[in-house]
Amino acid sequence: MSHHKHGNNQGNGGSEPVRVGVYTCYCGSNIAAMVDVEAVAKFAEKLPGVVVSRAYKYMCSDPGQELIAQDIKEHKLNRIVVAACSPLLHEHTFRTATGRAGLNPYFLHMVSIREHASWVHDDKANSTEKAKEILQGAVARVALHKALEKAKVPVNPDVLVVGGGIAGIHAALTLANANKKVILVERDATIGGHMAKFDKTFPTLDCAACILTPKMSAVRAHPNITLKTWAEVTKVEGYVGNFKVQIKQKPRYINEDLCVGCMECIKACVFKEPKFSDEFNQGLGKRKPVYIPFPQAVPPVVLVDPATCLKLKTGKCKQTCVEACGERKAFDFEQKETFEEVQVGTVIVATGFKTFDAGRQALYGYGVYPEVYTALEIERLINASGPTGGHLVTKKGEAPKSVAIIHCVGSRDEHTNKWCSRVCCMYSLKLAHMIKAHTTAQVYNFYIDMRAAGKGYEEFYNRVLEEGVQFIRGRVAEVTDWAMTPDEEGRLVVRAEDTLAGFVRRIPADMVVLATGLEPHKDAQDVRRMFNMSCSGEGFFLERHPKLAPVNTPTDGIFLAGACQGPKDIPDTVAQAGAAAAEALALIDRGHVEIEPNTAYVVEEECSGCKTCLSMCPYTAITRDEVKKKAVINPAMCKGCGTCVAACPSGSIRQNLFEDEQVLVEIEEVLTRAA
Amino acid sequence: MQHKDKTPQAPEAWKPRLLAIFCNWCTYTAADLAGVSRMKYADNVRIVRVMCSGRVDPQFVLDAFARGADGVLIGGCHPGDCHYIEGNYKALRRSELLKRMLADMGIEPKRYRLEWISASEGDKVQRVINEMVTEIKALGPLDLPGRAKAWDEEVAELEGELKEKKGECANV
Repeated sequence: MSHHKHGNNQGNGGSEPVRVGVYTCYCGSNIAAMVDVEAVAKFAEKLPGVVVSRAYKYMCSDPGQELIAQDIKEHKLNRIVVAACSPLLHEHTFRTATGRAGLNPYFLHMVSIREHASWVHDDKANSTEKAKEILQGAVARVALHKALEKAKVPVNPDVLVVGGGIAGIHAALTLANANKKVILVERDATIGGHMAKFDKTFPTLDCAACILTPKMSAVRAHPNITLKTWAEVTKVEGYVGNFKVQIKQKPRYINEDLCVGCMECIKACVFKEPKFSDEFNQGLGKRKPVYIPFPQAVPPVVLVDPATCLKLKTGKCKQTCVEACGERKAFDFEQKETFEEVQVGTVIVATGFKTFDAGRQALYGYGVYPEVYTALEIERLINASGPTGGHLVTKKGEAPKSVAIIHCVGSRDEHTNKWCSRVCCMYSLKLAHMIKAHTTAQVYNFYIDMRAAGKGYEEFYNRVLEEGVQFIRGRVAEVTDWAMTPDEEGRLVVRAEDTLAGFVRRIPADMVVLATGLEPHKDAQDVRRMFNMSCSGEGFFLERHPKLAPVNTPTDGIFLAGACQGPKDIPDTVAQAGAAAAEALALIDRGHVEIEPNTAYVVEEECSGCKTCLSMCPYTAITRDEVKKKAVINPAMCKGCGTCVAACPSGSIRQNLFEDEQVLVEIEEVLTRAA
Repeated sequence: MQHKDKTPQAPEAWKPRLLAIFCNWCTYTAADLAGVSRMKYADNVRIVRVMCSGRVDPQFVLDAFARGADGVLIGGCHPGDCHYIEGNYKALRRSELLKRMLADMGIEPKRYRLEWISASEGDKVQRVINEMVTEIKALGPLDLPGRAKAWDEEVAELEGELKEKKGECANV
């Protein structure tokens, strides 16, 4: 096979002989501890075509990169191999360094002797041998590399923000203020997300509505923001800079442009009293079939619930609502789902989280005992605009004398969710404070550990301690209504081992609050697939790198903000939303993106026009020239997967950077024992 | 050093060689994660990166066996998760055909494996590699060139017998 011959006559333009520079990194002791770096560098000296081989403490540092640049000039190197960490981490760094020194960046190849050798093995001799062999593969491969150019594609400056919680709101406003056009899609009837349901925010006890609602109205008023509520993204096509997105508008049965939010129709509805479970109030309140999620909803537009509206369900209704609307004629019972296509250059995914279903912790009695609540329900009960007008009362309408707050419900547990949900400690402290402020109740917090790691959080914890809230360290075993003493009669009893005192306690309570954790949305997997993202093990969207690219995803042009990436409090969410907006801005203001050149191409002379490749391409980048009877690949549409290359029976489709010869020689050399 | 003369040189213990071809987006990233998480696995594996498991030409696998691999592992994204929409399905189809071919060539099925490993499954990289190395150890070296030689000899022998028979026939 022709790929056996390598090492010379394959230079920069094809005429010069190959001159390889090999750079092996210590990565401090990260590599050096388990790989004999000096031995690897020495071994490389003898490989065909190698002119220089050096070992350096931190190749990715400035002096490390400078080392390569100087050698390129001094030793007329035309091939560079860096044996260091994963190419997914630093290939870009070294390509840039190579390019700066005047050499085509695609004459560089990187191998990972850190993630794939030193960090995963515990025998230094074997690990060193492995490092040598993968380096040997790279030296052989890079000899066959060609000069390649990145294609430049213009970036559409418009941005799609998916999710209208505080993350989406902040990202959208940041971009809109930078004069970019933003389309904000929210699947609920209003923006605001979870934050709109909170009464106060920790640790400052700001009124959530006071800081959120101005931002919500700013979104609606902003000339650069197109707000689409009660809408969902259903399809995403294209690539960085040029996404084509399909948005589904669900029917509100109200013409959004005609409704002024006077709410006369709600008053006039044939249902005299609200009768149906109110989602915004966690089902603790009631609403009518025509309703507005909450008075400050944005947009301030009512909607009709087809499951409960008599007109939509039976067709038989006096339609007093339509009458009340009068001349505005905002009602439209004929409305159907509509689909719209928009073009954007970048996407910010800010789809948020859902709270843990407390019913899954069967021993805590949620859904069994009426006085067991989730934290979000209590949030609504103490909220002045909530179903009880801000009075914290039991279902019987009495103020509780004793309230137990159970931390870590669903969190930090092998059986439910392993992770710490990060906000429950703090919101439990906040609720403890709020309950004390609203009632004279004794408040007990059952916790495993207190985690109060944010700015001003520990101070807030101390404040709540001083307010006389009781803290009991121990995971609660069960909540029952089984009384042992007269004091427990007719109340709930929380049973837990107090791990500081060393005995089991029984605390009678009139109300139990479950501090439920945060989970990915049920349909997070669908969203992930739509946007071509990855999820981490627990199902939250995966960032490209936790430290270096915390808001990026593996797909260029798609960014993450807020709790869809992992549990987060409001300050962190807002900070991340700003970061995501900045990343999008950086792309937009550059005006273009560079597309990696690892695309496929057809060698026309060898193509038999068999059409095997046509069905392989998911992007319809391949067509058949019916005159020439040859396959044609559109490089702008090719994403560089190489599936057609593997399928071509005549070998006439090749892939830049993954040519058969290059892959085969690499395979052969990594399997050849290092001398 | 002083024992050198006393102890006879032990024959170098055979270590299986495993070639892994991983897709850039899921399995290669998972291998990186295994590294970052310091998950130890057998050091006889060599990982080659391609952009998509759909890029894996069956020729790569055959070549690897011919060049001394005792096992070949292909890693791609889970069905439905392919960065290129459906490259992994194409890898699967090819893989099924390849398996039949490998069986015909006398290559034991356990020497070839296609696995879906997502970017978050560093532990699966560790498990699959360790499993495969153990299984291949039990099978022993593949030695495809050796096997090919044995087959050639067998064929030559058969041809020889045939010639002899023909000769006998001619004599009669």
